[in-house]
Amino acid sequence: MSMTGKLTTMAAVGFVMIAAPVTAQEADNITVGYEEEGRYYTEDGVPTYNITAEGEVDWLTYSGFRRYHSECHVCHGPEGEGSSYAPALKKSALDMDYYDFVDVVVNGRQKVSAAENSVMPAFGTNVNVMCYLDDIYTYLKARGTDAVPRGRPPKKEAKSDAIRVAEEACLGG
Amino acid sequence: MTRLLLLTTAFTLGGAMAAQANADLQTLMDDPNQWVIQTGDYANQRYSDLEQINKDNVGSLQVAWSFSTGVLRGHEGSPLVVGDVMYVHTPFPNIVYALDLNNDGKVLWKYEPKQDPSVIPVMCCDTVNRGVAYADGKIFLHQADTTLVALDAKTGAVVWSVKNGDPSKGETNTATVMPVKDKVIVGISGGEFGVRGSVTAYNTADGSVAWRAYSMGPDSDTLMDGENTTHLGKPVGADSGLATWEGDQWQIGGGTTWGWYSYDPDLNLMYYGTGNPSTWNPSQRPGDNAWSMTIFARDVDTGMAKWVYQMTPHDEWDFDGINEMILTDQNIGGADRKLLTHFDRNGLGYTLDRETGELLVAEKFDPAVNWTTGVDMDPNSATYGRPAVVAQYSTEQNGEDVNSTGICPAALGSKDQQPAAYSPKTELFYVPTNHVCMDYEPFRVSYTAGQPYVGATLSMYPAPDSHGGMGNFIAWDGKEGSIKWSLPEQFSVWSGALATAGDVVFYGTLEGYLKAVDANTGEELYKFKTPSGIIGNVMTYSNGGKQYVAVLSGVGGWAGIGLAAGLTNPTDGLGAVGGYAALSDYTALGGTLTVFTLPN
Repeated sequence: MSMTGKLTTMAAVGFVMIAAPVTAQEADNITVGYEEEGRYYTEDGVPTYNITAEGEVDWLTYSGFRRYHSECHVCHGPEGEGSSYAPALKKSALDMDYYDFVDVVVNGRQKVSAAENSVMPAFGTNVNVMCYLDDIYTYLKARGTDAVPRGRPPKKEAKSDAIRVAEEACLGG
Repeated sequence: MTRLLLLTTAFTLGGAMAAQANADLQTLMDDPNQWVIQTGDYANQRYSDLEQINKDNVGSLQVAWSFSTGVLRGHEGSPLVVGDVMYVHTPFPNIVYALDLNNDGKVLWKYEPKQDPSVIPVMCCDTVNRGVAYADGKIFLHQADTTLVALDAKTGAVVWSVKNGDPSKGETNTATVMPVKDKVIVGISGGEFGVRGSVTAYNTADGSVAWRAYSMGPDSDTLMDGENTTHLGKPVGADSGLATWEGDQWQIGGGTTWGWYSYDPDLNLMYYGTGNPSTWNPSQRPGDNAWSMTIFARDVDTGMAKWVYQMTPHDEWDFDGINEMILTDQNIGGADRKLLTHFDRNGLGYTLDRETGELLVAEKFDPAVNWTTGVDMDPNSATYGRPAVVAQYSTEQNGEDVNSTGICPAALGSKDQQPAAYSPKTELFYVPTNHVCMDYEPFRVSYTAGQPYVGATLSMYPAPDSHGGMGNFIAWDGKEGSIKWSLPEQFSVWSGALATAGDVVFYGTLEGYLKAVDANTGEELYKFKTPSGIIGNVMTYSNGGKQYVAVLSGVGGWAGIGLAAGLTNPTDGLGAVGGYAALSDYTALGGTLTVFTLPN
């Protein structure tokens, strides 16, 4: 389903059923509300991707492609598709609230039972992940809606000075 | 040095008993009815003298019995057979079953260690384990959390247990162990976590450390001697494990040791390879990064290195050098030589003299390999033994934040750990290979203990302008360095091969087929689809006068992660996305042992 199609459906449902906050939230979770020096956010201040009519992705989404394939890919498979070992994160980025997503990355979680041995490590002390958390999150959200296809995004917005400064500060020089 | 002196004393005392234990193990290995260590024998030939199943009757092979391991993750390695008992291991949680071959595989005992599950995510690329080994009445299990445990082979009771590494620093284990004389020799994983690789010999009797040899560091750590340890015939010089590193980067230098080990009893030397240097971003670690990516020959009594050969100095592609070293005695150039053949991740098949470390052959075993034009074979050249790197595919020369495209092979190598077989009858090696290429973009990363330390973005896809599949199963002449025949496979071949005196070669595929082919021609003689994809190794044994062939299925490992959703080729443009086969369309998780035999 295309992004536009999905959004239209959500908006329609939201309009009729005012008592369905989850659905409304999901719609809000993708649409760009505002931009701040090269970073894009929903109305609620949650990071999201931005793709121009020419197919140019925002810097964070592009950066997320790179960081995902360095830090996450060895367990979760290429392009957020999932593997025999770990779930498809392109779905998790849509199914999970942003703050829950961040919580799992920072603190990890375990699903260990007779049938399952699934353990997500805590990345809270790993600057290679933490400094790029929003990048990875927006990339996966773009994969989840199919706004970005598999493979390397061919066109990208330039890296803003604000993003560059924040990255250097985060990595500790 | 103090440690070494103490160890030498300990060895002298235990010497007589050790010789006896080793002779017993050698006798068991020489008996083709049994399969007592993962590699079949010390030479790692994966060849069996059994010939009841042969190329004329293998077509009527059928399933004799099967056994579910109860574990879902990737199943590498194979069962063992010692006498009338089969020993089957699993991935994490690393269960070991002893099955009674005289009673339809009834479970004699089961051992399940208690391990902290936090080790799971520190194991790059699935929680595989490549199996147990037998020696001296004990079954040796090297667990994911690096606990080495000796179990009483009759009862499964723990005889002793020792911890080889620290998983909180990313030190884990996936490999089997090699029992030799009075020692059991183990390696370590964690190259993607900045672990410094080492090989450790434990005394079989009580689990005390005999020696430990690191892949890099000062001579006292690497157990190298500047004058007597050689690289291509020349002394390596003092502290050669420090000389090609900047500052203290060697301390997180990688060079882990998770492959299969071999041993030559006459030379008293063991052979193994070391993995990639950490990180995957080459610009962050200037120098040759010795001795990562290196073939080591070490004295098993002392651990001292006799010779080394670094195949890929200053790795730029994650071409770990850990693949098995297969020992053969062959006539090459009119002379009988003691040879070592190694199919490296970097796509080159090497043949060396295993006594001296002299390089005899280095040729591509997949025509797709393009990162190098070949190895300098001129002993008088300043670059003797070094691969000539093609600038276009050099991730170092292209630099950080540049995407180098079309590199063949991909990081998983033209061949990964899945071991090849050798038949002395045909003098051919039978090699499971990957036919996959990649784009590779390195960038700067910071090191945090116990956290991944990767530093590159990879995209992988089937080798372009070829048959479209991701693997080949090839027959290789190690004396000439040439491919004799090559069978295209839809997926990477991630299963260890078996060659037999019946002129049959067996291997498994990721879709789950066990295949039997003619050792001379490669003609397919038999196939059977097991319950899940095969990343285990094929083995054979006989019981009650009947020959059996056994293999573990249970998809996973690197293959399960990389290929589950299928690969894409970004350079093909958007239209081709999803155009390649996804493994998940063919198979699902689940560990099963399947045992084959001929009908009565």
